[in-house]
Amino acid sequence: MLLKIKRVPTVVSNYQKDDETVEEGGCGRNCLSKCCIDGATLPLYSCKNLNKSIGEKSESPVKFLESLVLGEWEDRFQRGLFRYDVTACVTKVIPGKYGFIAQLNEGRHLKKRPTEFRVDKVLQPFDGNKFNFTKVGQEELLFQFEASNDDNDSGIQLFPSIPLDADNSPSVVAINVSPIEYGHVLLIPRVLDCLPQRIDQKSLLLALQMATEAANPYFRLGYNSLGAFATINHLHFQAYYMAMQFPIEKASSLKITSTNDGVKISKLLNYPVRGLLFEGGNSIKDLSDTVSDASVCLQNNNIPFNILISDSGRQIFLLPQCYAEKQALGEVCSELLDTQVNPAVWEMSGHMVLKRKDDYEEASEEKAWRLLAEVSLSEERFKEVNTMIFEAIGLSSHEVAEEEEEEQSSMNNGFIRVHCPSVKEEEACI
Amino acid sequence: MSLAEESSDSVFTEKEEEEESFNRRYTLWIKEALDELPHNFTITDPFLSGHPIVFASLGFLKMTGYSRAEVIGRNGKFFQGPKTNRRSIMEIREAIREERSVQVSLLNYRKSGSPFWMLFHMIPVFGRDDGKVINFVAVQVPISGRDHHHRKLTSVGDDVSSLDHSELVFGSCRREVCFGNFVQHQDHRALPVECDDDEQGLEDWEYCEASESEKLRAAEAINNVLSVLTRYSELSGRLVCGKRCCLRGVDCLSSSLVISLGRIKQSFVLTNPCIPDMPIIYASDAFLTLTGYKRHEVLGQNCRFLSGVDTDSSVLYEMKECILKGQSCTVQILNYSNRKDKSTFWNLLHISPVRNASGKTAYFVGVQVEASCRNTESKELRPETKQLSVVGAVRVAVRSSFMVTC
Repeated sequence: MLLKIKRVPTVVSNYQKDDETVEEGGCGRNCLSKCCIDGATLPLYSCKNLNKSIGEKSESPVKFLESLVLGEWEDRFQRGLFRYDVTACVTKVIPGKYGFIAQLNEGRHLKKRPTEFRVDKVLQPFDGNKFNFTKVGQEELLFQFEASNDDNDSGIQLFPSIPLDADNSPSVVAINVSPIEYGHVLLIPRVLDCLPQRIDQKSLLLALQMATEAANPYFRLGYNSLGAFATINHLHFQAYYMAMQFPIEKASSLKITSTNDGVKISKLLNYPVRGLLFEGGNSIKDLSDTVSDASVCLQNNNIPFNILISDSGRQIFLLPQCYAEKQALGEVCSELLDTQVNPAVWEMSGHMVLKRKDDYEEASEEKAWRLLAEVSLSEERFKEVNTMIFEAIGLSSHEVAEEEEEEQSSMNNGFIRVHCPSVKEEEACI
Repeated sequence: MSLAEESSDSVFTEKEEEEESFNRRYTLWIKEALDELPHNFTITDPFLSGHPIVFASLGFLKMTGYSRAEVIGRNGKFFQGPKTNRRSIMEIREAIREERSVQVSLLNYRKSGSPFWMLFHMIPVFGRDDGKVINFVAVQVPISGRDHHHRKLTSVGDDVSSLDHSELVFGSCRREVCFGNFVQHQDHRALPVECDDDEQGLEDWEYCEASESEKLRAAEAINNVLSVLTRYSELSGRLVCGKRCCLRGVDCLSSSLVISLGRIKQSFVLTNPCIPDMPIIYASDAFLTLTGYKRHEVLGQNCRFLSGVDTDSSVLYEMKECILKGQSCTVQILNYSNRKDKSTFWNLLHISPVRNASGKTAYFVGVQVEASCRNTESKELRPETKQLSVVGAVRVAVRSSFMVTC
């Protein structure tokens, strides 16, 4: 089946004019490539946190990492480095049980870097000619981030100015110049190594460590595989602050199984997207590696997916999807296509960025649900994919089937749990 | 979770301030009246930094094993622990943010470190005249549920449970000792003796369903506490009620916004440019410490009270221009404090407009840094970054606070 691929011109940087050509030896754009990187320095945030103790005892004050991210972001904001003021984009919570969040953002669509690769293959090699993060201006970088596993290190350290040295394989946090929300950043693991957009153990662990270090349940990290609406084939995660729950975080879940490392795997219930929820584990690394192995399995089977890291790194959602394929096969109705919503991780989580005023004004929970339901794998396909994943993680499908059966039979006892619904009510239980 | 694990992030606030605000609303006699109630409950104040507990009933203290002094000033999360269900914690947090009630089973920990399950039922209490959330009242009804978990568990879910209805009823009847009233017991263990062995397993239960009678008991307790609060608020003339009786005023911040702003430990104020003379509508604790004023002295005032004879009027003019244009600016301005020494200080002041969810400018934020404190240690953020981080944190808080519409 030949899927159509749209050819788009290479856009190198948001500050480059359309017809400017790249000069040999020093491009004058202060980027990260060999032409400009000599002498480049960035602050380095270094922490050790492989086994963070869980348990917030209070409304935790703004932690160090959060101050650094917000402070640097605001600095770039005031310097006008973003394509538009995202705080000027009107946003609302759609009335309903789940509280989908809708934002009207006309600028992002028009000014965003276009996608430059085929959308039918999850694994594609890195192409230095296409746009990648070594081509961004250094002013878009906020700091280097590292989280060591070494017990000898002494907690958090901020070094105001450390050279960007390829030998150290630095990972950086950069601004997203087309932000979805205030504080929207990109975590680019080992930026100078030019890794393609694919999950591996080391990178996912770094993302999880950042979530843990941020220690704010409203700071989530997300990942889009190729084919699940990633737009740049250079390994990166996204993150931003949204001080309320995402609909996906409210969805109930049903435990499927636990791994030997104590990682609990559940499936989502009562949510338009079928997906898995990973939590627990004897350590952050156990949780991260389990999800990473599952992701690698999906990658190797060419199944596009998104990842949401939530609850300060305690919960990871793995969401396979098939919207790109459906689009290419012409199976998506025009009503949904016209909204031009590309369901990446944030949309999958319930944060919908809309391009047209009408779509925003008429946004409803039912419409959001319908869109996401199209993106989701079917029940049958989801079961197949789960089988693949469990095998890849090293769980015998026999074990899993047993547990699932037991859940089924206990469900069939017909007990309905009475629960005070968590929707807004005037007088509730008084 | 014992006190020994207390970190420097402890939320012990000024006890004075807690008691003061509580007494002013309800009069000094309310403590006696609340102490006469047999229920386990706590009352919190979202307008104090850290959203602390300002009152804990005798029943609550017995149930958890703490003394009153150990509890007042703590945030409710203090009683949670590593096995407390994350989803339940989130539900409570969202209910607080949305200023509504919630009822959920929760695993808590006593001072001894032993875990116990209870039905947590919380409601907001509103000011009658201004529609603001004055307090949250939470009732805790211990539940045993030990008969419900003799086999593998399902996870928390709205519609799914492994429990058979008949088991629940049976379980409740056996626990006639656990009628939510622990004042009668000699020891503070909520469960019958046979439960000792199961205590270890308690923590691993994914959920513990409360019976209908336990839920009714919680509702009754809530009503009783609310009655007492209402009655005593009448005495002081600052009435409260269980429902929001009027729309929250435009200059009234939602409690959730206040809680978010309370996480920011630096000195800053929010002013409202849409109200004549652009008054201060929020002042952080650090601002009060820096300037030496009390909160009620600064709320509603324009910031000019900080200026004095030697304050450069051209700087004031520059600020005014930026505000009119809706721009950020940083100025160095001489301010006059109300501290004991009435000293002046150089204030590196940064102001910036802040938009809310409608996309329009709702507030201006002013972040103060006392100029003499500008030491740059390599381990700390640059002062500029620190100052801007306050602006950023305020932006996030204000933008997200649209959830509570009123």
